[in-house]
Amino acid sequence: MNRTLAYRLENVAVQHGWREVLHLPTLEVFAGEILCLVGPPGSGKSTLLRLLAGLQRPSRGQVWFHGELLNYPMPITVQRTITLVFQRPLLLTGTVRSNVEYGLRIRGDAQRHQKALAILERMHLAHLADRPASAISGGEAQLVAVARALAIAPEVLLLDEPTNNLDPARVALVEEVVLADHKLRGTTVVWATHNHFQARRAGSRVALLLDGRLIETAAATDFFAMPRDARTAAFIQGQMVY
Amino acid sequence: MTACDPELWSIVTLTLRVTLVALVIASVLGIPLGVWLGLARFPGKRLFVALVYTGMSLPPVVVGLLVYMLLSRSGPLAFLEWLFTPQAMIVAQTVIALPLIAGLVMGAVAAVPGDLVGQIRSLGATPWQVRWAVLREARVGVLFALLVAFGRIVSEVGAAYMVGGNIQGHTRVLSTAIMMETGKGDFALALALGGWLMVLALSVNLAAMRLQGRSL
Repeated sequence: MNRTLAYRLENVAVQHGWREVLHLPTLEVFAGEILCLVGPPGSGKSTLLRLLAGLQRPSRGQVWFHGELLNYPMPITVQRTITLVFQRPLLLTGTVRSNVEYGLRIRGDAQRHQKALAILERMHLAHLADRPASAISGGEAQLVAVARALAIAPEVLLLDEPTNNLDPARVALVEEVVLADHKLRGTTVVWATHNHFQARRAGSRVALLLDGRLIETAAATDFFAMPRDARTAAFIQGQMVY
Repeated sequence: MTACDPELWSIVTLTLRVTLVALVIASVLGIPLGVWLGLARFPGKRLFVALVYTGMSLPPVVVGLLVYMLLSRSGPLAFLEWLFTPQAMIVAQTVIALPLIAGLVMGAVAAVPGDLVGQIRSLGATPWQVRWAVLREARVGVLFALLVAFGRIVSEVGAAYMVGGNIQGHTRVLSTAIMMETGKGDFALALALGGWLMVLALSVNLAAMRLQGRSL
């Protein structure tokens, strides 16, 4: 099957000082897939997501987006097709509603009130719409951050362990809403998680990162059923690999 | 001089006018400069920041001297004929307030978490929209910067005296009037003028706290 590439990374490295925190000879992300990044903390998942989001400039190498070589900072037209949900909810001052509307407001979207309310309802947050963002719980704030990202209907949705601190019901809600959005709009999703059950549930492909290196990438079923690399096997069996 | 004395009112209103105009000009220049310095990365930034910090502790008499030299008959800006006018006092106070506002706004902006700035960008904000959103997040620090600058220039006497001349009914402000009355030995009047200065400062601070309370 000939699939369209969303991203292609070639010989990409990110250095923080002298330390190379990411080194990827190649990585491809296909348009419309859900690629789950798994790996222990510090394995480079967040750095990779920041790179894909245009927030982190590679120290070397090239990043291609839909066949175009990306320059950093990204052009605003490209930046507006991609959004990242951080590991901790980063809400702006104002109400929950104004947060969810933010991305739409800066795009001049006249339908922002209706769109924001629709996504808030979908995430069972409508009753919090007029509450100050500073007055809601951490779990609610994380749902608002996910709602805010989905409100702008991005072409690429990057998720940096957004369900880490959520209770199981809210984890299920986030997965349901993200998967529904993916199914409806064909969103490309790159989802970092250290929960391999989540990767198994959500991912079309799964990639294991260790120490900034890509160890194995495979279709989700193959990744868990027939890992090619011994470190992948150890990781999915819950053994320490770092 | 009594509470209803027209001279007193002219001193109070001139004090407010000079201070507020200088504050507005310094804010218009200093807030964007502070936001830019808080967010931008460029070679030589540390040196630039060091200069701004030095400017924050610029002695008012030095500012007064420089503005005097610029506006005096032999100075490059003599054609403006601003020496010993309120405009000269506004220029001097703007020079004093500008680095204070820029430096404190820079600190407030730099204190906004880097990930939040990244999140704003990742939601599709243009560089100007990022700056505006970050400024909103740093608004308490920005308000603090304005209050500090107001406090510094409303009570400033050295530069105001040097370039204003403390001319009755023309450039006499509360701080220079206090200095003059103290020199004359009229401590009661100097204290009363000091009281007015405190009332002005208190009123502005209370108004600012009210604004701050609303925005929090």
